[in-house]
Amino acid sequence: MTLGQMAYDILSLGVPFSVALLLAALGEMFNQRAGVFNLGCEGIMSLGAFVGFLPAYLARSGSLGPWADLLGFALAAVVGMLLGLLFGLVTVTFRAPQGIAGIGLAMLGTGVAGTLFRHEIGGVTGVEGVANLPIPGLSRIPFLGGVLFNHNPVVYVAFLLVPASGYLLHRTSWGLRVRAVGTHPRAADTLGIDVNRVRYQALMLGGALGGMGGAYLSLCQAKMFADDLVAGRGFIAVALVYFGRWSPWGVAAGALLFSLAQSLQLSLQVWGIRFPYEFAVMLPYVLVIVVLALSRSRTIGPTALGRAFNREMRV
Amino acid sequence: MNEPIRELALEGITKRFPGILACNRVSLEVRRGEALALVGENGAGKSTLMNILAGLYQPDEGSIRVNGEVVRFASPADAFDRGIGMVHQNFMLVPSMTVTENVALGMKALHRRIRLDLKEARRRVLEVSAHHELPVNPDAPVWQLSVGEQQRVELVKTLCLGARLLILDEPTSALTPQETDDLLDRLRRMMAELSIIFISHKLNEVKALSDRVTILRHGEVVFHGSTADHSTAELAALMTGRDVVQPRNEQSGAPGREVLTVRALRVRGDRGNLALDGLDLDVRAGEILGLAGVSGNGQRELADALAGLRPVESGSIRLDGAEIAHASPRRIIDGGMGYVPEDRHHEGIVGPFSVEENLVLKDVGKAGFSRHGFLRPGEIHRNAEELRERFDIRCSSTAAAAGTLSGGNIQKVILARELARGPKALVAVYPTRGVDMGAAEFIHGQLLALRRSSAGILLVSEELEEVMALSDRIAVIYKGRILEVLASRDATRRTLGLLMAGVPLG
Ligand SMILES: Nc1ncnc2c1ncn2[C@@H]1O[C@H](COP(=O)(O)OP(=O)(O)OP(=O)(O)O)[C@@H](O)[C@H]1O
Ligand SMILES: [Mg+2]
Repeated sequence: MTLGQMAYDILSLGVPFSVALLLAALGEMFNQRAGVFNLGCEGIMSLGAFVGFLPAYLARSGSLGPWADLLGFALAAVVGMLLGLLFGLVTVTFRAPQGIAGIGLAMLGTGVAGTLFRHEIGGVTGVEGVANLPIPGLSRIPFLGGVLFNHNPVVYVAFLLVPASGYLLHRTSWGLRVRAVGTHPRAADTLGIDVNRVRYQALMLGGALGGMGGAYLSLCQAKMFADDLVAGRGFIAVALVYFGRWSPWGVAAGALLFSLAQSLQLSLQVWGIRFPYEFAVMLPYVLVIVVLALSRSRTIGPTALGRAFNREMRV
Repeated sequence: MNEPIRELALEGITKRFPGILACNRVSLEVRRGEALALVGENGAGKSTLMNILAGLYQPDEGSIRVNGEVVRFASPADAFDRGIGMVHQNFMLVPSMTVTENVALGMKALHRRIRLDLKEARRRVLEVSAHHELPVNPDAPVWQLSVGEQQRVELVKTLCLGARLLILDEPTSALTPQETDDLLDRLRRMMAELSIIFISHKLNEVKALSDRVTILRHGEVVFHGSTADHSTAELAALMTGRDVVQPRNEQSGAPGREVLTVRALRVRGDRGNLALDGLDLDVRAGEILGLAGVSGNGQRELADALAGLRPVESGSIRLDGAEIAHASPRRIIDGGMGYVPEDRHHEGIVGPFSVEENLVLKDVGKAGFSRHGFLRPGEIHRNAEELRERFDIRCSSTAAAAGTLSGGNIQKVILARELARGPKALVAVYPTRGVDMGAAEFIHGQLLALRRSSAGILLVSEELEEVMALSDRIAVIYKGRILEVLASRDATRRTLGLLMAGVPLG
């Protein structure tokens, strides 16, 4: 096998792998930009994965076809939004500590998804999932075509969301408000901006993206649901936001890096290269930690991150 | 543009915070084209009252009337709609954003569209800044601006949002004398179109700007009248309930040996520039050396380096003979250095800790306040009660969180901690910034008492009055070096002003 072929394998596998992380991390980025630290991403993804999977599973024999998948993604987004709302209620309105509330939400989401799954479905069942949609013309470019343009449609949408998020954050009035409440909520408040309302909105958007990230796992990547499908990706997504320095491009780079490391690891095993399996599996995680520790950047994150806003509170 | 405010009245406003009656049935009134000064000691309730007027706090009782009509402000946006804009005591600017973005944040018309029209906001900034002669750079990120520039941005922002009544909460407390004069000038010109409520602890500013003055004490109005009819001394007496006499350095006694010697000190600033570039300085026992200069000329870096909080690039610092240029803060503290930092909230105290705990922060590991690693609460409490008495710290109890105290009282806590340790040298940075007259008098008195006990004091200040009244000698810092050291009796406002602007003596 040539080096070129190896690179092709890794890249064409790694790009679609990154999408679930990308969606969830973009969502988490909006939460954090607004000043809310949502560790519950894992739970949102789990529940999103389950409800996303449900229509396709129930319509296995029916004639809903691709509509079932679309419905699944919509449901996952709605459920994610509701969980974002719940998180807002706990941390924004009742000002509970965000870290603890996040762990709670992670456990809640994972638990509910697992229970429903065992109760309603029982065993692992596959679905057809979302089919690949090679982009005419582009997908036939040698090398790049297969890496970039021969995937399921959600991949394309997710990558278009990167510039779209940048636009939303920096070119719209909503984005301006989000950045303000995450950095200096008191200043935003004195200008008549409803800090908590903006935070709720960001949480709902973040939740929707997280839910869709989960649905991507069950509908596009694994094409089945299992208890441990999400497997910590929600937490990785949170780490990627720091890694990406709260910028959509940085987050995308992080998601790709992580997924490429993962697909390298898988490829190593497929190619039968003798390398201790346990270390190979560790690789992506170690990589993220090392890069996080080494990357020093001057951009400061949202300075009000993690703190509830209380207008009449002085210290 | 909003309808002009012909008349604005606060009637019987009461506001309670847990355990505190911040405003007690306060009434006041402002008319068109008028400047009202609001003065009072730290914690008198000035900011609270103005926050109510700006829609930030809800009053427990009382009402607000604009042009005769009773209004309710549920949020600052409502107050803006009525033409009331406030420049807060602590700047309300998002540091990571540009000036234009900060203004756009408040422009409601821009928020109705999805796309952010920064061009429109930028145009507005330039228009207002030209109209009121307040030069600002609309594209500069706020974190790069000096305090004076940020102050102008705050003004422009408030005016851009259509303020017809401008509330200024201690706008001059962090400005240099020149910037202050400049600001007062501009405000006077604006009064043709606007009404102003002006809060300040400096009565000469109050005299210079305002038509009428309202004095608050413990949340109540104790005086209301025309500014022209009363001297600053009368106003000061009304404010504190007693005569205020700012103590002066009698210049008695000969200074002793050098306790603090700085030689060829080079230190980098936050942006990597050489903030101190070969600075030499001597402070002798039993003297106060005033360090005058426009802020940003290396004062902060010097104070940090003396306290061991900033790495020294080269040069030497000796504290009573011992080299401390590369020593840890712990060693410097144990060597007998006292430090009253510029940022009292973040460097001087731990806000959520109690007053008692803050008073022993530097000595908590020593015998006396702990034994075998266990705290001795009895001793800590006794120490706090003693210092509270001696330094006149006003707090509900020494168990209260230090961060909830008023600015002047936080400063007294810091001073009490530093002086009680009997330092050989003390570095005091802007010790009376934002502090009321009574507290400033007290702090000055304490610094002079420390001088008499033959410690050496480095007093960093921008206020010439303060420097001239307290110092034995005055050093002027300019661009990271000492430009000149004068005996205090040879210094005049004029010579100091020239030196501070970088013009060497004849
Ligand atoms: N948000 C708050 N929570 C609790 N207590 C508060 C709050 N804001 C103010 N206080 C208390 O209310 C009183 C009045 O405070 P305020 O800030 O209005 O004083 P001030 O006159 O502006 O003083 P300064 O000159 O120091 O600015 C003080 O005792 C203060 O501790
Ligand atoms: Mg105040």
